[in-house]
Amino acid sequence: MIPLSWYLVLAAALFSLGLYGVLARKNAIAILMGVELMLNAVNVNLVAFWRYLTPDSVSGQAFAVMVFAVAAAEVAVGLALVISIYRRRKTVAADEINLMKW
Amino acid sequence: MTIATLTWLIPLPPLLAFFLILLFTRRNNAISHIVGVGTAALSWLLGMIVFIAAIGAEHLGENPITSSVGWLALGDKIFSIGVLIDPLSAVTLFFVAWTVLMIFIYSIGYHNFGQPKGAHDVPGLPPEGAEEHGHRVPSVEPMYARFFAFIGLFAFGMYTLVVSDNLLTLFVGWEIMGLCSYLLIGFWYAKPSAKAAAIKAFMTTRVGDVFMLLGIVALYSATGTLSFREILYSHEVLETLANTPAGVWGLSAAGLIGLLLFIGTVGKSAQWPLHVWLPDAMEGPTPVSAMIHAATMVSAGVYMVLRMFPLLSAGWVEGGDLTTTMTVMAFIGAFTALFAATIALAQKDIKRVLAYSTISQLGYMIAALGIGAYVAAAFHLVTHAFFKALLFLGSGSVIHGMEHGVLQTGEHIDAQDMFNMGGLKSKMPITFWTFLIGGFALSGFPLITAGFWSKDEILADAFANGRWIVFGVLALAAVLTAFYTMRQITLTFLGTPRTKAAEHASESVRTMTLPLIVLAVFAIGAGWVGIPESFPGIGGVLPSWFHDFVGGTLLEHPPAAVFNATPLLVSFAVALGGLGLGWLAYRRSGQTDPLRQPLGPIYTLLERKYYFDELYDWLFVRPVKWFAEQFTYLFLDRQVIDGILHRIARAAFSLGRIFRTYFDAPVVNGFGDFTASVTQSFGRALRKIQTGQVQQYLLFVALLAFGGLFYYLLTILQ
Amino acid sequence: MTVEQAVFLFTSFLILFSGFMMVTRQNLVHAALYLVVALFGVAVIFVLLEAGFLAVVQVLVYIGAIAILMIFAVMLTRGDVSQEQEPVNANFGWALLLAALFCFGLIVLIGQWPAIDSQAPALDPEADTVLDLGAALVSPDAYVIPFEVASVLLLAALIGALVVARPQKKNPRSAK
Repeated sequence: MIPLSWYLVLAAALFSLGLYGVLARKNAIAILMGVELMLNAVNVNLVAFWRYLTPDSVSGQAFAVMVFAVAAAEVAVGLALVISIYRRRKTVAADEINLMKW
Repeated sequence: MTIATLTWLIPLPPLLAFFLILLFTRRNNAISHIVGVGTAALSWLLGMIVFIAAIGAEHLGENPITSSVGWLALGDKIFSIGVLIDPLSAVTLFFVAWTVLMIFIYSIGYHNFGQPKGAHDVPGLPPEGAEEHGHRVPSVEPMYARFFAFIGLFAFGMYTLVVSDNLLTLFVGWEIMGLCSYLLIGFWYAKPSAKAAAIKAFMTTRVGDVFMLLGIVALYSATGTLSFREILYSHEVLETLANTPAGVWGLSAAGLIGLLLFIGTVGKSAQWPLHVWLPDAMEGPTPVSAMIHAATMVSAGVYMVLRMFPLLSAGWVEGGDLTTTMTVMAFIGAFTALFAATIALAQKDIKRVLAYSTISQLGYMIAALGIGAYVAAAFHLVTHAFFKALLFLGSGSVIHGMEHGVLQTGEHIDAQDMFNMGGLKSKMPITFWTFLIGGFALSGFPLITAGFWSKDEILADAFANGRWIVFGVLALAAVLTAFYTMRQITLTFLGTPRTKAAEHASESVRTMTLPLIVLAVFAIGAGWVGIPESFPGIGGVLPSWFHDFVGGTLLEHPPAAVFNATPLLVSFAVALGGLGLGWLAYRRSGQTDPLRQPLGPIYTLLERKYYFDELYDWLFVRPVKWFAEQFTYLFLDRQVIDGILHRIARAAFSLGRIFRTYFDAPVVNGFGDFTASVTQSFGRALRKIQTGQVQQYLLFVALLAFGGLFYYLLTILQ
Repeated sequence: MTVEQAVFLFTSFLILFSGFMMVTRQNLVHAALYLVVALFGVAVIFVLLEAGFLAVVQVLVYIGAIAILMIFAVMLTRGDVSQEQEPVNANFGWALLLAALFCFGLIVLIGQWPAIDSQAPALDPEADTVLDLGAALVSPDAYVIPFEVASVLLLAALIGALVVARPQKKNPRSAK
C-alpha cells in the first residue's frame, strides 16, 4: 500500500515546480501554466487527505471540484488578459509589462 | 391688553420703520414713506389711546400708569426699566405724537415726492430741480428714503424719552436724538456748512450731556436708583438729598445733581451759553428743524427739567427763597429769553429768526421753572411745541414756494432771505394764514391764541411771586418777540414782492399744507385748556383743566396764581405793542433792514449774534485745534507715542533677527530640512524596489509569507 | 513493492518530469504538451486514490478545456519575439532558490507530522462516492452556496474574458 507521505511529497514537489514556473518564466502563458501545476498539487493534496483521513465525508472531493471551477475561470480571464495585452503591446513577456512602476 | 402694555409699544413702530427702510425698502421711495408715515401714525394712535386713558384716570398723579421689568442685575440689586405715564408725560406724549405725525406727513411734500429726478442731483446735496416740459420744476430728494429712516429713529428716541420711568432710559432716548440730530442736520453732507453745523451741534450738546451723565451717576450713587417714582415721589429721599452737603460751593446733594442735570438741558435746549448750535442746525431740511426745534429735541431738555423739578426744587417751599439751582435756572432762562430775542431782531434768514425765537421761548420755560412756575412752564412747553412746529413748517413752505419761484425765474438769490420775499400773502394763502396764526401765538396775541395763555401764566406767576427781575426781563423779551414776529410776517407775506422769484412763488402741495392746518388748530385751541379760573370775563367758561391735571404730577399740587390785572395788562401791552411796532417799522421795508441805519453798531452786534461764534472759535476751537496740532499731534503723537512705538518696533525687529539667525534658521529649519532629506533619501532608496514587475513582487511576497509560515509551523511543532 | 506502488512511482516520476520540462522548455507548444502529460498523470493519481469521478473531470476540464485553451493562446501570441529568447527572467536564480527551499521545507514539515505514515482505510463498498458528492454539492446542509457562487464566478469570468479580449475599437482611448 502507498503511505500518505508519498502523495504529500509528490504534491510538494509539484507545487514547487509550479512556483518556480510562476516566478521565473518570462512568458505570461507559461506563468499561467505554472499556476495550473500549483492548483493540481493542491488537488492532489485535497483528494489524498480525503482518502486517508476522512473517507466518510465528501469535503475533500467537493473542494477539489471547486478548485476545478476556479481554475477554469482563472485561465479564461488570464488568457483573455494575455491576449488583450498582446494586442496592445505585441508582447506577452511579463517583465516587459511594467507600466505600474514609478 | 392693558394701557401699560400699549405704552411699551409706543416707541417701537418708528424704530421698526428705521430698520425696515434702511434694510429693505430704501430703493423704493413710495414704500419707504408709507412705512415711515404708517409707523408714525401707529405710534400716534397708540399715543392717543394712552393719552385718553390717562386723562380719564382718577388721580393720575398719585397712581400713574406704570409698568417695569428687571433689566440689568447690578450686584444684589436689579436695575428696572419701564414706562410711566403721569400727567406730565401724558401731555408731552400728546403734543409729541401730533407734531411728529404732522412732520412725517409734511416731509413727503417737502422732499418733493412724485417729482421727477433731477439730472444733476447727487446724494448729499439739496435737489437742484429738474427740467420737465421746458419748465424748471423741483426734483425729488435723492436720499428720500433715508430721510424717513432717520426721522423714524428720531421719533423712537423721543417716544422712548417721554415714556421712560427712569433717568437712564430717558438718557438713552436723549442720546439717540443727539445722534439723529447729527445725522439729520448733516443730511446734506456734501454741503460744507451742513457738515460743520452737524459737528457743532453734536459737540455742543455733548458738553451738556457729559455733565448730565455725571448728574445721573451722582444721583445713582446717592440714592441707588434712577426711577422717577422712587426719587421724586418720596419725601424722605428728597429731604435726604436736600440736607446732604455736596461739598462744592456749599451746595446740597440735590442742588449739585440738579445743577448737573440742568447743564444737560442747557446743551439740549440750547440755552445760553450753549445756544450756538441751534441756529446753525438750520442747515438741515426744514422738517428736521421742526423736529429738533419744536416737537422733540429741545423740548426734551425742558421736559427733563420739568420731570426732575421736585429734585431741583428740593428744599424749596412755595413762596420761599429759591434754591441755588432754581436761581441759576431763573437767571439763565431769563437771560437767554432776552438775549436770543435781541439776536432774532437782526436776522435775515427766515429759519434763523425762528431758531433764535425758539431759544428765547425755551428760556422762558426755564425761567418759569426757575421761579417755581411748574405748570406754567409745562403749559408753555405744550403750546410752544405746536405753534413753533407750525411756524417752522410754515417757513419751510415759504422757502419751498420761493425755491419754486427761483426755479421759474432763474434768479440767483437766497430763497431763505426774508428781504427777498414780500407779498407772498396772495401767492400762498394757506401758508400765510397758518403762519399768521403761529406768529400771533408766538407773540402772545391776546385771548385767542395758545401762546397768550401760556405766556400770560408765566408772567402772572412771576408777578404774583414777586420775582420782579424775571418778570421785567421776560416782559421785555415778550415785546421783542412780538416785534420780530411781526417783522417776519411783514417782510415775508405783506407788502409787494421784492424779487421776481417772490412774484413767481406758489402755494405748496397738500401734504405740506395739511399739517399746517392741523397744527394751526392746536396753536389756537391748545391754550383754551389752561385759561385761569379767575380770569375776568371768560375765566371758568372752559374749566382750567390743564392746571389741575399737570399740577397733579407733583406731590404737592401747586396753587394757581392769584389773578392780578397788572401782568395781564402787561401781556396785552407787550403783545399788541410789539406787533404794532413791528408792522410800522417794516411795512415799507426795501431790501435793507430799516433798523440798520438808526441802530448802527448795535445792529451789527445783533446780526453777528454778539460774536459768540467768533468768541467760542477764539476761546475753544482755536486753542483746541492748536493743542491738537502742536501738542497732541506733533509732540505727543509724533514724538512720544510714535517714538516709543518705533523703539519697540526696532527692538522687536532686532530680537526677531536674533531669533532668525540663531534659532529659526539652524534649529527649526535645520530640523525641517533634515526630516525632508531623510525622507527623500529613503524614498530614493525604496523606489528601486518598485520595478513594476509582478513576478518580482510575488517573489518578495512568497519569501516573506513562506518564511513566516515555516517559522510559525516549526515553533508549534517543537 | 506492490503493483500500486509501482504505478504510483512511475506516475509520480512522469508528473515531475513533465512539470520540470514544462517550466524549462523555451518552446511554449512543447511546454503546453508537457503540461497535458502532467495533468494526465494527476488524473492517474486520482484513480489511485479511488476518486474516479475527479479523474474523469480532470481529463475533461484540464486536458480537454484548459490545456487546449493554453495551446490556442500560445498560437495566438506566436508573433512575440520573446518566445525565441531566454525563457526565464532575471530573477530566475532567486526563484529557483525559493522553490527549492520551499520544497525542502515542506518535506521537512511533512516528515515531522505524526499522521504521516497512516494507511488508507478501506472504503465502504456499498457507498457510491459520486452520488454522495453530487448530493452534497446541491444540499442546503452542505455545499450548495459555494456551488452556486462558483457558477456565478464562472459566469463572471466568461463575461469578463469576453470584454477583456474583445477586439479594440479604432481609437483605443475612446474605447475605454
